[in-house]
Amino acid sequence: MGSTSSTLSKIPNADELIQETGFTSAHLARLFERFEALDKDKKGYLSPQDFEAIKELALNPICDRIIGAFFSSGQEMLDFSSFVRILAHFRPIDNNRTKEPNSPDPINSRINKLKFAFQLYDQDKDGKISRNELLQVLRAMLEKQVTEEQLESIADRTIQEADLDRDDAISFEEFRKSLEKVNIDHKMSIRFLR
Amino acid sequence: MVLLPRLSLLLTILSVFGTLCRANSSGSSSSTATESETATTNTSTTLTTLPIVTWKWHHIETPYLVALWVLVCWLCKLVVQLNTRLKSFFPESGLLIICGFILGGIVWGADKAQTFKLTPRNFFYFLLPQIILDTGYFMPNKLFFSNLGAILVHAVIGTVWNAGAVGVSLWGCWLGGAMGDLNIGLLQFLLFGSLLAAVDPVAVIAVFEEVHVNEVLFIWVFGESLLNDGVTVVLYNVFDAFVSLGGEKINAGEIIKGIVSFFVVSFGGSAIGVIFAIIISLLTKYTGKVQIIEAGFIFVLGYLSYLTAEMLSLSAILSVTFCGVCCQKYVNANMDEKSVTAVRYAMKVFANGSETMIFVFLGVTAIDSVIWVWNTGFICLTILFAIIYRFIGVFTLTWFLNQYRLVPIEVIDQLVMSYGGLRGAVAYGLAASLDETRIPEKNLIISTTLIVVYFTVVIQGLTMKPIVKWLKVKRVEPTDLKLIEKVNNRACEHVLAAMEDIAGRIGDNWWTRGWKRFEDTYITWFLMKPEARKNRDYLFSIFHKLNMEDAVNYVTEGEKRGSLGFLRSGEGTNVDFEKKHGMEFSGVIRNPVPSVSLDIHEQDMKSMSEDFNAHHLLQQNLYRSRKNYSRSDFTINQSEDEVQEIFQRTMRNRLESFKSAKMGVTPVKKITNFMLLFSVGGIENPAFMPEMDTPPPPWLTEAETNTGVAPSQRAQRQLPWSPTNLRRLAPLRLSNRSTDSFVMADVAAAPDSSDESPKEPSEEERDGQRDGTHM
Repeated sequence: MGSTSSTLSKIPNADELIQETGFTSAHLARLFERFEALDKDKKGYLSPQDFEAIKELALNPICDRIIGAFFSSGQEMLDFSSFVRILAHFRPIDNNRTKEPNSPDPINSRINKLKFAFQLYDQDKDGKISRNELLQVLRAMLEKQVTEEQLESIADRTIQEADLDRDDAISFEEFRKSLEKVNIDHKMSIRFLR
Repeated sequence: MVLLPRLSLLLTILSVFGTLCRANSSGSSSSTATESETATTNTSTTLTTLPIVTWKWHHIETPYLVALWVLVCWLCKLVVQLNTRLKSFFPESGLLIICGFILGGIVWGADKAQTFKLTPRNFFYFLLPQIILDTGYFMPNKLFFSNLGAILVHAVIGTVWNAGAVGVSLWGCWLGGAMGDLNIGLLQFLLFGSLLAAVDPVAVIAVFEEVHVNEVLFIWVFGESLLNDGVTVVLYNVFDAFVSLGGEKINAGEIIKGIVSFFVVSFGGSAIGVIFAIIISLLTKYTGKVQIIEAGFIFVLGYLSYLTAEMLSLSAILSVTFCGVCCQKYVNANMDEKSVTAVRYAMKVFANGSETMIFVFLGVTAIDSVIWVWNTGFICLTILFAIIYRFIGVFTLTWFLNQYRLVPIEVIDQLVMSYGGLRGAVAYGLAASLDETRIPEKNLIISTTLIVVYFTVVIQGLTMKPIVKWLKVKRVEPTDLKLIEKVNNRACEHVLAAMEDIAGRIGDNWWTRGWKRFEDTYITWFLMKPEARKNRDYLFSIFHKLNMEDAVNYVTEGEKRGSLGFLRSGEGTNVDFEKKHGMEFSGVIRNPVPSVSLDIHEQDMKSMSEDFNAHHLLQQNLYRSRKNYSRSDFTINQSEDEVQEIFQRTMRNRLESFKSAKMGVTPVKKITNFMLLFSVGGIENPAFMPEMDTPPPPWLTEAETNTGVAPSQRAQRQLPWSPTNLRRLAPLRLSNRSTDSFVMADVAAAPDSSDESPKEPSEEERDGQRDGTHM
């Protein structure tokens, strides 16, 4: 484990990343080391196979979607800045950051967290979670514990609860609205990324 | 006018009680004095004639008194509850104590001595265990274990700090002469500090339950009150032993033994609780055949866990708490739903009953001239120090814990936490069990403890609600169960776990995941019935719960309008939602856990309280704003409940699919959508319905079984209505609300339906197989 500054010098656009994501330099350095550790072939970028090689991740029911979230635009190469940007979604929201009026929302704002969650469901990126997509997620999470019909009923009911314009799909707005009461910051933040 | 029956009730209680006391006192005093006499007279008396009736008081004295006292205490609770105006701001526990004062006064007047006291033995062995079992059994496990670290810090370090600080300060003040002349020493002060330091679970439940603060705050105070028993027991025993050993014999060895005993007592007590939890879970795995009494096993084994720990001088409260905490999941999965309900209610009866009795007796025991030793300095300083050190302890520890928390605890919550450090009957019990030969000032200690208890329960209980409101503490919001929230929660858990893996760090989720995996592979296989294991999934259970709610509502509404009201009227789900669901069905269906209130009574009340009206209004307004999303762009001036709509849609789905299962008719979704959605109450269509005497709506029984329903012959013959017929009904519909929507909707629907009908037969076959069961 080299010192932070030496690691930082290896990272391209380190300052820019720090500014954009809000990570501290220590965190960034640690994440870079992790990036390099995952990149076993030393390609300089990550591919889906590198992710699948993470043993624990393979046991996760929705691991393919999560990997898909990293490689969102269909590309096969994930460079460090994209890696960090996605992880930045899970930083706890800092309430003390001053809000500049014209700057865009920070990556870990509530709305961006929700967008990230939304894209996990919405695989075909049409801006709506259709019944099928929801069914797939439910199937993955509930695995063998419920029958197919029960799965479909659950999916139906879930959509009905959230679906306001009754098009049998959940748009982002409806998604956001239905999760108003949920403390997203708590549910989608990782402490050690603070 | 409510006053009269209440007063008369109270007077009858008091008079009955008084006469019985007098009879008893004369009876008991004479019986004890003349027991030997009567014994001899009994043997020597030769019966001259057959006595038809004899007075057998001495046979049944003890059970009679016990039963009578239980009755009187519960009647007091009844009287207190009837007085709603007073109850809204005065804590119930305080009122019960006052009732205890009155009763104690009566007994005192009759006997000139307090014959009925809260003896430590009765308290610790007969009144306390069921309360703690109840709290353990209904503990929100997830919340509890995720905050366990913080709770332990407060319970252990906080209590030790309180005990030490209060003891030492009082000793210092005594040395300084603030208390006058007392035969007491440092060790005794420390002993006193240790018995007074512990936050009491009974008092905390009693006060916090009426206040409904947010979850984290509640679980911190509550968990602390339960877990600090380990510390209290150790400190009490250690200082008690030190007092008997005398000051000189205390050296490092003894102190180390004291520290070791803490670990032994706490972990030993918890281990016993876990062992008993395993026994209970294993037992319920096999008690399927004795459903009638399988509920009883929980109580017996819970009580045994308490007594076993007590026998081994380990922490009994910890034992029974962990017994309840660990067994709840498996027991609820293994037992029949009816047994689960039975356990739940019985548990609440015992716990509430005991709590009532404890508070009444705390009042009764105060009316006793023997124990009162008034020492102004001692008492005032005790109260002062108890409060100050509580505040200091909580703020320091919370500041320390906040460094490591994702969501820091706010100052306001910390204030409430400190203020909620209530002392209660446990402190009194410990004080009463002091040995007066070793501790000459026992009466002073008892008096002070009683005063502190009254102060915290009454004064702090009284002011807790106003303070919480004034400080705008975050309260628990009544949440409706929503599947989408739960689905998203589950997904987020997976996502977080994945992110932790990717980032290569061990975070909170690692532990949760590891435990879950371990539990799934080994423990549930061991402790749960095979059938129970299948339907364990949390999401599914939420779904099941929601379905049950709907089904019960459906039935209730159907019953109200004649049992076949649904089928007779043209529309399917003409459910009148004047009363929101929640009032109609019994509290058993609603799981008390989502909000951390531990009181079933509170749960039932909650759905009827004034809060829900605001909630209802809010929902209606929310729905109004939603109208922008609807396809029709004119204003619809009926205020429909959002939930009603979901309910109706769901019911419509079920009805249609069910009918399709029974008659092989495809539900045509598009038409009935509008029809049912805009239905309002009380629309009859006498032109249409044929006479029917179908068997009771089969979807009622379907809620219990998951099997497909074979259409009966009768049902097949009598088709209540088919989707195509419904269209005819539309123009005849009269509503006292706006009909524009109907007309427009029907016009919109009509061309759709005409397109749909030719496709019907082909859809029929496909969907008939698919919609086997829709529940």
